[in-house]
Amino acid sequence: MANIPQRIIHEYLRHDKKFPHVWCAGCSNGIVLGAIIRAIASLNLDRDDIVMVSGIGCSSRMPVYVDFNTLHSLHGRSIAYATGVKMHKPNLKVIVVTGDGDCTAIGGNHLIHAARRNIDLKVILINNNIYGMTGGQCSPTTPHDAIATTAPYGNIEPDFNVCNLAMGAGASFVARTTAFHVLEMQSIIKDALEHPGFSITEVISACPVIYGRLNKKGGAPQMMKDFRDNSIPLAAVDKLPPEKVEGKIVRGILRREIRPEYSSEYTSLVKRVQASGGE
Amino acid sequence: MPKKEINSKAAPKPKKDQTTLAVKPESKLEEIQSSRERKNVLMQGNEAVAYGALDAGVNFFAGYPITPSTEVAEILANELPKRGGVFIQMEDEIASICAITGASLAGAKALTATSGPGFSLMQEGIGFAKITETPCVVVNVQRMGPSTGMPTSPAQGDIMQAKWGSHGDSPAIVLYPASVKESYELTIRAVNLSEKYRTCVILLLDEVIGHMREAVRLPDMANVRVINRIKPTVPPNWYKHYDENQKYLSPLASYGEGYRFHVTGLTHDSHGFPTNKSGEAGDMMERLRKKISYNMRDLVQIESYQMEDAKIAIFTAGITARAAKAAIAMARHEGIKVGLLRPLTIWPFPDDAVRKMLRNVETVIVPELNQGQLIHEIQRLTKDKSESNLIPLQRVNGQLITPNDILRKIKEVS
Amino acid sequence: MAKNYEIRLSGSGGQGLILAGIILARAAVIEKRRVTQTQSYGPESRGGYSRADVIISDEEIYFPEATNFDCLLALTQEACDVYLYDLRESGILIIDTTFVKNLALAAENTYELPFTDIAQEKLGSPITTNIMSLAFLVQLTGIVKPGSLKQSIAESVKPAFIDVNYKAMELGFELAKKYKK
Repeated sequence: MANIPQRIIHEYLRHDKKFPHVWCAGCSNGIVLGAIIRAIASLNLDRDDIVMVSGIGCSSRMPVYVDFNTLHSLHGRSIAYATGVKMHKPNLKVIVVTGDGDCTAIGGNHLIHAARRNIDLKVILINNNIYGMTGGQCSPTTPHDAIATTAPYGNIEPDFNVCNLAMGAGASFVARTTAFHVLEMQSIIKDALEHPGFSITEVISACPVIYGRLNKKGGAPQMMKDFRDNSIPLAAVDKLPPEKVEGKIVRGILRREIRPEYSSEYTSLVKRVQASGGE
Repeated sequence: MPKKEINSKAAPKPKKDQTTLAVKPESKLEEIQSSRERKNVLMQGNEAVAYGALDAGVNFFAGYPITPSTEVAEILANELPKRGGVFIQMEDEIASICAITGASLAGAKALTATSGPGFSLMQEGIGFAKITETPCVVVNVQRMGPSTGMPTSPAQGDIMQAKWGSHGDSPAIVLYPASVKESYELTIRAVNLSEKYRTCVILLLDEVIGHMREAVRLPDMANVRVINRIKPTVPPNWYKHYDENQKYLSPLASYGEGYRFHVTGLTHDSHGFPTNKSGEAGDMMERLRKKISYNMRDLVQIESYQMEDAKIAIFTAGITARAAKAAIAMARHEGIKVGLLRPLTIWPFPDDAVRKMLRNVETVIVPELNQGQLIHEIQRLTKDKSESNLIPLQRVNGQLITPNDILRKIKEVS
Repeated sequence: MAKNYEIRLSGSGGQGLILAGIILARAAVIEKRRVTQTQSYGPESRGGYSRADVIISDEEIYFPEATNFDCLLALTQEACDVYLYDLRESGILIIDTTFVKNLALAAENTYELPFTDIAQEKLGSPITTNIMSLAFLVQLTGIVKPGSLKQSIAESVKPAFIDVNYKAMELGFELAKKYKK
């Protein structure tokens, strides 16, 4: 998987149209984009069958760069738009790229209901702990005590654990990784793409220019090192004493279970109704 | 291509039918449409909207229950699965407008139904459908008051919201039926216009029209004119999502058909890619305006009733126009020459017809179940306000304006 | 001017008046008459006020709400108090004396019976008071044929409830035929 040459990426980009991209130097969004494309390439999916839907924010700018069916929608509403696409054409692979503000603040309602329905959407949530595009406002995943332009004295709110939120809402595939763990990310996204149901992959990512500066995180390389040093794979959690797990980013597929998928359930309902003549 | 691998530890093996992607069963929309018995039946306005939607080819409904529109959702929940279409109850009205827009981009004919409070929630999504030129229909069965107000009582308070409710400038196509039969007909027209003009079309109903029952005989499908969006015929790499050469009515590809186009709520160029250039942004906004203003003859629909010799005109829509007709019958019985001008298309506003009316009559009475909305549009077209006798008749207490109310006003001014 | 026959069925939520209105309107459709049926009710499905209007005509009906009733059915005191004033001169007033105890003004054509008590006594439940009193109204006014009402009931209620409603209907017809002013 790791040997897929770099030019694969270019085959999936609208490189003649919308480059250079809008992302800052050191931003993790490009790393995630690369992982998504390599995962898609490794599955040999037809580009015509892929729809990438996003909302508003830095990460949500991703669809414009990729040569799929793309929908850059409203702030927080990507999952709702994606639900419409998926339900009309269930044969399409619908990927939602979203951020922490987009998905868990303004879009939180759609996230939990899509998870509950177990509709086959592939949500990739790039969590940089801040509203980067608009200059550094507090998001639901901004850590307690962290600085944001709207929390200049330190954030007094507890932050969301996105994966727990999704699991609580019934998501059937929940995973977390970081922007440092590129190969793991690619592998998880590949699994997520193949999962027959709702999936959410949280990628802990670096916003060195906004979040990093506000919180003195020491630039992109240091933030990446922090992801390396402050995260542990799920498999290691049981083997470590609790104090070594405390405060660490737990990586891996936290839940993967098979349960009825919504568009398939709807299809079965239609077949049942049509067979009975609507009685 | 590497072989598919399932993480044996964590993942249970998926059942076979769940690993394959879902494929919707075949549509039976047309089959059921043409087989339905078209006899004279007692039908509710909301029911007529639902059957109008089905006859127009609507195959996707996403909505959230709200009085007094809920019957539309309930009927479509029953009928769409039979036809192979999709019914989905969303988590709120915001999700509903987004889902129908997404479905439309995938090729569906999509509709939602709501009432004032839900309509307010949908406004951002309506703006998105308009700027991305995505066909869809929003039915708003109006109820009384701001907020919860009187959910089962009529009012005509969303006339301006239908035009100006969404942010930024955007043109609107809004239709306004006055009977059960017209609810059916204008629903079909709303779907047709949304497909033709690639925009979000709004159907405004009065609560009393939505809940009223009348005898209706739906036409045979052979007599129903259905317009479908124009599909592109060019190869994908020639496709422009907004083709400026097509007289503002450009072809529309769907997701999953090889065109791989981009849709964004940002101002965009003719390919759909975002642009900040003032020239391109201005062109885009002009395009949205012109596709409406250059097609007024197609869009505007009015009823001119006993206006030939009228000295007094009543200008109103929906249920209030029916009270006006009854009042006109009574007034004419007493020899008063009064007529009615009723817009079936309320936006774009029928400027020309109203100007003609203003030239020909001495007095215009504008009854409406609000605190003054339509009347301002008439005022806008009145060059000399002192010359024209413009008489408001407004009520917002959950009760209808009755024929006697209008008759009294007619007698006052005659 | 079109001669409309305007009927208001009034009472409180849960008495089945809107269903009665629909059944009457459907009976008129069966007879190929013009008809409108409107209603007004509170947001709750039980209690509160409720009314159904049916206008039957041979010409186009402009305004669908009854404003000057040819016939008013009142099943509660409150409904009777509010709507009695809009009864046309020589219009027919039918009241359920189970609940209506006072008349604010005398109507010349008043028919009074304890419909709810009768339904309880003869049919074992007040649930079909709506159909019984509607049948009474139909027999009395002749606005639609009894057969059309019967057909409309069959088209309007679930199959399991047709018989019980037929019984109520027959009882309503009987009461009207035997009624001594």
